[in-house]
Amino acid sequence: MSLNPTILIQNLLNGLMVGGLYALIAVGYTMVYGILRLINFAFGDVMVMGIYFAYYGATLIRLSFPLAVTVSLAGTALLGIVIDRLAYKPLRNSPRISALITAIGVSFFIESFAVVFFGPNYKPFLDALENKTIAFESFVIGNVYLPKIIFIILGITAIALFILFVIVYRTKIGMAMRAISADIPTTSLMGINVDNVIGFTFAISSALAALAGVMWALRYPSFYPYTGFVPGLKAFIAAVFGGIGSIGGAVVGGILLGVIEMMIITLFPTLMQYKDAFAFIILIVILLVKPAGLLGKRTVEKV
Amino acid sequence: MIRNTQGKSERNPILKLEHVTMRFGGLTAVDDFDNVAYEGEILGIIGPNGAGKTTVFNVITGIYFPTSGRIIFDGIDITPYKPHQITHLGVARTFQNIRLFGDLSVLDNVLVAQHHLLSTRDADKILVRHGKEPKVKGHLWFWRAVFKIGYREKERQMIEEAMNLLRKVQLDHLAYEKASSLPYGQQRKLEIARALATEPKLLLLDEPAAGMNPKESEELMEFIKYIRDEFKLTVILIEHDMKVVMGVCERIIVMDSGKIIAEGTPQEISRNPRVIEAYLGKEWEHVNT
Amino acid sequence: MVTAMRTMKEKTRRDLTLTVLFVIFVAILLQVANVKFDSYQKQVLSLMAIYGIMAVSLNLVNGITGVFSLGHAGFILLGAYTSALLTIPPEQKAMIFIIEPAHPFIANLHTDFFTATIVAGGISALGAFIIGFPVLRLSGDYLAIASLGFSEVLRILALNLQSITNGSLGLKGIPNHTNIWWSWGWLLVTVLFIVSLVKSSYGRALLAIRENPIAAEAMGINVFKHTLLSFVISAFFAGVSGSLYAHWLTTIDPRITTFGPVLTYYVLIMVVLGGLGSVSGSIIGAILFAFLMEWLRMFEQPFTLFGRQYPAIQGMRMLVLSVLFVVTMIVWKRGLFGRAEITWDGIRKLMKKFRRSGSR
Repeated sequence: MSLNPTILIQNLLNGLMVGGLYALIAVGYTMVYGILRLINFAFGDVMVMGIYFAYYGATLIRLSFPLAVTVSLAGTALLGIVIDRLAYKPLRNSPRISALITAIGVSFFIESFAVVFFGPNYKPFLDALENKTIAFESFVIGNVYLPKIIFIILGITAIALFILFVIVYRTKIGMAMRAISADIPTTSLMGINVDNVIGFTFAISSALAALAGVMWALRYPSFYPYTGFVPGLKAFIAAVFGGIGSIGGAVVGGILLGVIEMMIITLFPTLMQYKDAFAFIILIVILLVKPAGLLGKRTVEKV
Repeated sequence: MIRNTQGKSERNPILKLEHVTMRFGGLTAVDDFDNVAYEGEILGIIGPNGAGKTTVFNVITGIYFPTSGRIIFDGIDITPYKPHQITHLGVARTFQNIRLFGDLSVLDNVLVAQHHLLSTRDADKILVRHGKEPKVKGHLWFWRAVFKIGYREKERQMIEEAMNLLRKVQLDHLAYEKASSLPYGQQRKLEIARALATEPKLLLLDEPAAGMNPKESEELMEFIKYIRDEFKLTVILIEHDMKVVMGVCERIIVMDSGKIIAEGTPQEISRNPRVIEAYLGKEWEHVNT
Repeated sequence: MVTAMRTMKEKTRRDLTLTVLFVIFVAILLQVANVKFDSYQKQVLSLMAIYGIMAVSLNLVNGITGVFSLGHAGFILLGAYTSALLTIPPEQKAMIFIIEPAHPFIANLHTDFFTATIVAGGISALGAFIIGFPVLRLSGDYLAIASLGFSEVLRILALNLQSITNGSLGLKGIPNHTNIWWSWGWLLVTVLFIVSLVKSSYGRALLAIRENPIAAEAMGINVFKHTLLSFVISAFFAGVSGSLYAHWLTTIDPRITTFGPVLTYYVLIMVVLGGLGSVSGSIIGAILFAFLMEWLRMFEQPFTLFGRQYPAIQGMRMLVLSVLFVVTMIVWKRGLFGRAEITWDGIRKLMKKFRRSGSR
């Protein structure tokens, strides 16, 4: 098999980029799961809402693109808080399965909401940009074309993850988040307002998902209400891959998943159409071989 | 108590733990546990919280796979088997934190424990592999149950057996109550009855007296002796209530930090200075006051 | 004791008679509907039963065994494609497989509807058996995601195995075999089978697994084997419902909104509305769902509300249903029936209560 180095490099970069986007969503899953033991099924849909907000902000209200994205991040952060308060908070003491079903319901609701209010058809995201050419420009090194947009996305992803780490590991609220994920009852005894911290977690993880969504749409510009479904699931898989509950694990898991996906189709181009299936197979293998994930801690259920 | 007075050499060990060690990461929960349970005896395991008592039960019943060592039950090395297989071979247990099927009736709880006796194919395979007599209780398979081919009669038999068992433990009047609606003491009793329904030779009781008042634990002591004789069992029990342990056990193993620190009759244990120092002291005073 | 046994025996016999009478009564009603209803109403009536089969079979795994699977759509899809490929006449297949001709084995297959439905159930059951081995070893949320993933994998396969499934073009011209009798007949079979199972020792074992898997295992129940059993049976009937559904739709394709997770969500809504764990609840939930789906259809055409004209709102049905779903979970929690079942004893007690309050 002869590998075209151009395609190899491009795919590797693409894999890194997609992996970074998975990572942005995966940290949300992992933070919420760490605190509430809940898979917030709706993150994929929050991501799509982020795309819609930015798109309509730029096209309908005619905000400049950066401002539209900022508004979108704020809007989704608020959406995250609202979802938690309305849908999950009433079920804090119910069986975990009820919360999971509700999360599915919320995801389904957001999808339906988008169909009704934004329409079921694909929309061209690049309409949101004043200067569309940026999405198509490339660096040319010899005969290798490297799309500029990939580097922009990689850069923003890195900055966003850096800010997240600073928040989680260097601020008071971050410490509270980590404390809660270790032990909710004790933390509330320490005088921390658990609900506020959970709300903050939802806000920050929703905003990250929206940011991932916007960047996703820059790279794959055609979007519709179900666009978030597959990336959402894959991001969850990435979180499990890295070890659910561990933020570093989510980042590593996301990037690895993105790169592995791209490498498989680079090596076996005939499997291209089955790309979306790999992640689930990786999930099964990981859970059977190393249930705690790459960086997670293994917990033994007390009998 | 008669059994206990017989010489050690005549007694037949039904369960042997050979150098069993269980580690979780850096924590050694059970450290080189090497002891036996003799057929027909009531053996107590005591020790402070975190001494590794429940872990011993979990290793015996196959919930945990020991880091090293072997477990021999009734001549069969049961170390590699899964919990349900070990139950098929004749080991039953109760749990420290009661684990009843809360939404099911008292009767159904007992019936569930009889389920594995419908078809003993899996158990028989293991028994034959180890050169033992298979149970062969008739193979009533899934299809006969769904299409009701001779199944109703079987179901009636099962209910009758379950009711007989409930009568013996005096829970028959509550047969159609939801298990979770029973008072605490009765729930503990039902858990024992449910374990008995699996037709064990060895019964493991994990803190059966926890949360009972003195009168209830008095009854429990009689009850444990009664089921031992009635069902021809060997009983191992973990217990914190010293009155129960001293009153019912014929032999006691004392554990601390995963190790066996003493073993002997209740009298010997209560005089052992190491035990008194490590653990018994306070509790013993507590019982005497 | 002996008399108690006898009265119990009499009671079972009487309940059996009542059940048979009830089935005959429903059959008569269906016959009346068959004569009086227009074809649209008959379609809806058939769909109710198809949804009923989907809901009752999902409930076996999610409600009774307490294992949260989200793979139902995958098994329905497997059944739908299997039976459609079996009943579409070879000439028709030659016409619809335009991008790539059908695999020779597929191209010449042809059976009657009943055989096709049985085979569909069998293939789905086989699929569940294979998928179950890795998936059912997982627990809780992981199992949910993995089963959802597998149903997506099946959909991706259907989208890409051009010579077998005709890819994204889907299968067209499936004979319109599903009628009231087929669908309600299969619903009856499903319910009889599953109720008979649940009321046997095997059913108690499944309930025990739901209540406390660790204790169930300690009581000698092979939890994995029994969970797999319920998964496979559930998939068999999901396959059957898929077959009926395909011959009801007459056109199937692997879009995300037809056989994707949305379908699993639909079935989940039915079960949750009716009460997770209740067979009767699942049936009522399914009937209610089918009814709501049709009734809400009016919003997807230009409609008049409070004397004002509104344009059609696409997706309104799903929006209303998803709101209903979330609200049920948060406020109502246990759905219509909770875990309770409609039994003849229950009905008798209810009637007694009515009579007493009536005579007062």
